[in-house]
Amino acid sequence: MRDRTSGERDATQPRETAKREIDRKCNRHCESRRGGTARNQRLHWIAVHSLGLALGVMFLMPLVFVFLTAVMSDEQALTANLWPQEWHWENFAKVFTEAPMLRFLLNSLLYSTLATAFMLVSSIPVAYALAKLRWRGRGVSFMLVIAAMMLPPQVTAVPLYILWARFELTGTLWPLIIPHLFGDAFSIFLLRQFFLTIPRSYVDAAKVDGCSEFTAMLRIVLPMARPGIAAAAMFCFLYTWNDFFGPLLYAGENQQSWTLSIGLASFRGMHRVEWNLTMAATVLVMLPVIVLFLFAQRAFVRGITFTGVKG
Amino acid sequence: MTATLERTEPGRTAPARSRRARRKRLQVIAFMSPWIIGFSLFFAYPLLATGYFSFTSYDLLSPPDWVGLRNYAYLLFGDPVVRIAAANTLWLVLVLTVLRVVFALGVAAVIARLRRGVGLVRTLCYLPALAPPVAATLAFTFLFNPGTGPVNGLLRTLGIDGPLWFNDPAWAKPALTLLTLWGCGELMIIMLAALLDVPQELHEAAALDGAGPIGRFWHVTLPSIAPVLLFGVVNSIIFSLQYFTQALVAGAVASGQAEVVGSSKVVGFPDNATLTFPAWLYQQGFHYYNMGYAATMAVVLFVFSLGFTALLIRRMRGGTNAEEVA
Repeated sequence: MRDRTSGERDATQPRETAKREIDRKCNRHCESRRGGTARNQRLHWIAVHSLGLALGVMFLMPLVFVFLTAVMSDEQALTANLWPQEWHWENFAKVFTEAPMLRFLLNSLLYSTLATAFMLVSSIPVAYALAKLRWRGRGVSFMLVIAAMMLPPQVTAVPLYILWARFELTGTLWPLIIPHLFGDAFSIFLLRQFFLTIPRSYVDAAKVDGCSEFTAMLRIVLPMARPGIAAAAMFCFLYTWNDFFGPLLYAGENQQSWTLSIGLASFRGMHRVEWNLTMAATVLVMLPVIVLFLFAQRAFVRGITFTGVKG
Repeated sequence: MTATLERTEPGRTAPARSRRARRKRLQVIAFMSPWIIGFSLFFAYPLLATGYFSFTSYDLLSPPDWVGLRNYAYLLFGDPVVRIAAANTLWLVLVLTVLRVVFALGVAAVIARLRRGVGLVRTLCYLPALAPPVAATLAFTFLFNPGTGPVNGLLRTLGIDGPLWFNDPAWAKPALTLLTLWGCGELMIIMLAALLDVPQELHEAAALDGAGPIGRFWHVTLPSIAPVLLFGVVNSIIFSLQYFTQALVAGAVASGQAEVVGSSKVVGFPDNATLTFPAWLYQQGFHYYNMGYAATMAVVLFVFSLGFTALLIRRMRGGTNAEEVA
């Protein structure tokens, strides 16, 4: 959106006067036609709201079907019957006995929490330097962060795999966790966008009071950017939780290190289990994400709009 | 990447200035150090190494063997599968980009007009975007299961014989497309934010000039959100270029073997219809251990992604300049 503002700056002046004129015109226009449009407006309201509701239902439906199948009996899951005849809640418990899902869950938690913690420690100062310090090469560095963010993970997979194989760390999740100690491109980008919204004058004031740049970051910027940091942490957690390519590449050969995403992808193959259990496992993998989202909706939405709009 | 500093203002005594400049430079380096290491180790080094490996034959066991352009020649003229993989990825790039942007914009346009229940509808539309890709793919392979899935069940009640979806080479990619559209909530929220930013008075002005809803959308809304549309297009292209998880999992589950790790038969099922370029790269490198050839494919993937990344960076640079002024 920013580049639009720069382009339109010259056009603002004439638009301002035009706007006032339009306001006047519009008022006259509306006054004369208010009676006639009321019915149309109500129809429009109904049409738009039913469309919105239909879209919402459409997006929700797959999740509902998945859940309903998850609580069906083995036999019913193979029929086209949509509503469970009996509710088999024990299916969720069975998931853990059919496959080492607990192990996968612990691995997923290890990967996601450690990666997120490491990301915060390493990416916050980098984002701060990109947003609040003035130095030559800052613009170029930021471009490189974006480039790294956009790079498909498959491009660097071969040499990185060889590198980690040399350290004998393939078969574990460490090749995925350790890089987060050195900054994560997307998180740096997102944090920078948030830090930019905090006026530089706060930092300057703190420095006049004798703070160093580092304490200014810790004491002034971090508390103010708390929603942004929460959003970055959530996106990092979500990305690592959902990650499939990384764990497949590095942990794939060793089932002890599988995360939920690989475990789930292979779930049906492991014990010839039925669709109902597979869907129960699917629900269990989706659940933490959905709960996290319902608790932190605003941070999510803010984070997304920051990545796309304020870019 | 080097963190050189801007020259300090003239007029200060030389030793004080240089001490200050050096302190400041050290400070920047200290703040940037995680990224300097991370960038060199996990971005610059692997890129250079990929370039080198692409000219070698390497199986991890014996040292890489320089083969010159042979990998590139094989990619261009020899490998019959890579053409299928590239065509599939190209299909996804074209179809997913157009449909994702149009669909996300359409949904956002409806939500932007809502007066009541905005939050609820927005939540419902965004929720699938959070679902782990593996879980979402698994859910869709079940829903679109030709025999027992609810989708074909519903179609049957309407008197339509549903296709075989993930089991039919002609329908596997459209099914993946539906899966992707279901999960396009992120783009939708970005579009929604952009739509809500369109100045209302522009709409009113256009309405006064006699523009109908469609004309207003075309002449007012679209130009206003052009930068976000560009972001959506480029973002979708990069997304499609690395399309991997959904294709791999859908192929594996639909094939009935479902053992994703360590099985080579399931990739691209059915009939290589879901074999994307990154999937073939993965297969070559990490199943057949043709690391050199995989690196060659990585170089090709990199060149294409770089082009579109450059486009995106150019759009974002407008932002950084404006911010620096502010």
